[in-house]
Amino acid sequence: MSRLLAVYRKEAAVGVQGQAQYRVAVFFSILGFLIEPIVYLVVWRTVAESAGDVNGYDVAAFTSYYIVWTLVRNMNLVQSAYSWDWWIQSGRISESIIRPVNLFHRRLGGMAGFKVIWIMAWLPIAAGLSIAFRPELSPSGLEIVAFLVAIWLGYVIRFATFWVIGMLSFWVTRASAIFETVMVGELLLGGRLVPLAVMPAWVSSIAAWLPFKWTFQFPIEVLIGRLTPEEIYTGIATQLVWIVVLGALVAIVWKRAVVKYTAVGS
Amino acid sequence: MNPLRLAWVHFRVIAMYELQYRINFFVQLVQSALSVATGLIAISLVFTYTTDLAGWTRPELIIVMGVHIAIGGFARAFVFPNMEQLMRDIAEGEFDFALVKPVDSQVLASVRRIWVWNTLDILVGAIVIGWGVRDLGGASLAGAGAFIVAVTCGAVVIYSLWTMITTTAFKVVRIEEVTNLMGGIFDAARWPVSVYPGWLRGTLTYVFPLAFAVTVPAEALAGRLTGAGLLIAILVTLLVFGLTRVVWNIGVKSYSGASA
Repeated sequence: MSRLLAVYRKEAAVGVQGQAQYRVAVFFSILGFLIEPIVYLVVWRTVAESAGDVNGYDVAAFTSYYIVWTLVRNMNLVQSAYSWDWWIQSGRISESIIRPVNLFHRRLGGMAGFKVIWIMAWLPIAAGLSIAFRPELSPSGLEIVAFLVAIWLGYVIRFATFWVIGMLSFWVTRASAIFETVMVGELLLGGRLVPLAVMPAWVSSIAAWLPFKWTFQFPIEVLIGRLTPEEIYTGIATQLVWIVVLGALVAIVWKRAVVKYTAVGS
Repeated sequence: MNPLRLAWVHFRVIAMYELQYRINFFVQLVQSALSVATGLIAISLVFTYTTDLAGWTRPELIIVMGVHIAIGGFARAFVFPNMEQLMRDIAEGEFDFALVKPVDSQVLASVRRIWVWNTLDILVGAIVIGWGVRDLGGASLAGAGAFIVAVTCGAVVIYSLWTMITTTAFKVVRIEEVTNLMGGIFDAARWPVSVYPGWLRGTLTYVFPLAFAVTVPAEALAGRLTGAGLLIAILVTLLVFGLTRVVWNIGVKSYSGASA
């Protein structure tokens, strides 16, 4: 266990150093990512201005929701499922299969390190957004601590979800249609497009059975103060359950995938 | 060689090549369907709570979405692949091969690559536009004429903007992130620019004039575009296209090839 932690520490440190070399590139990438929530924010503020209250969300609540969204998005950026296409087709995965530490741990640690630089690139953008839209945030101590826990757990859940989906590339050569379907699922059922309260009730009941809302909506709602302490504790417990379930899935699928894989020329 | 003939020859060869990979057609079909479904869900959510979005009605927003999909399809099929190739060629010093050919280098750099299956989005966009127009109760002949002019201008604006940005690769080699950013900004054009606050509307009108690629053609069909508006769109298009040519010529002059 302590050896695994050492691997995480090293991979994270390498991740920080790697990303620090491309500061300008990171800044532009983050800026590009953040246009998505700005669009949602503007559209839903406009709706709330004319409708007054959208199932409990007014202009101020939408603003806080999407500004926190930008931080959560930064934190839950994970290894793209598309990477697997290339790793497998190019044979790059071969060297990772024979290493003693599973690639999952190495990338999970590495990308956690990236976030240090991404958050630094996000800060000036967040300041600009706050000046432009003036969110109202006054989280309690519990909410801040729970948020810090929830975004990291959300990161692990999202990482594991897309890791499992990405591994489908071992069986399907053009898995992009599957990836896109999952991403649309996340968009609609994770609180990424709109808070689930804005969606019809049956959408929320489907979302309750999927991991997506625990990576987007839950951490956001913790910080903007829409959850009771009981809901926060239950939410974090649910996140932990998802990590166990997805962790088991990662292990099972990886085991089968490695058996299935054949390097070209073997 | 006539630029159109050159483009046609490339298109034919690439289409024949791509038709070997028919599974890509189905992949694209799924992606287009998902994109239309998501867009329609977003619009129908908005109209669950309101009757208009900054003065735009539901059928008008469906037209905006259709134009966005169609113009996006055009860009992904014809513009982005060429610009990716150009970036790669400049970074690896292989642009020499294009420069020594006896045709205009900008024309050649703009027609070499096509992602054929993305043209499906042009068709899907057209269907969505048709649907919006039907819900709107039809469009006038003048509106349809103005739309054709405006959407052509829109395609030229998209081509010019991306070419201009990519041309800076002659000076600063690594620009993938800038093109990613442009991709993000293009997504903002999915909604009419009048919805956005001043600073963003200004960015989409004057800095990256994507408003002319999506909002203006949609306005034409919805009967919101004045003659003066159309004239401004044409002038902006000519200006951006001309500027692209100037930027291209400056860029090519600073190209030195690998190990030159």
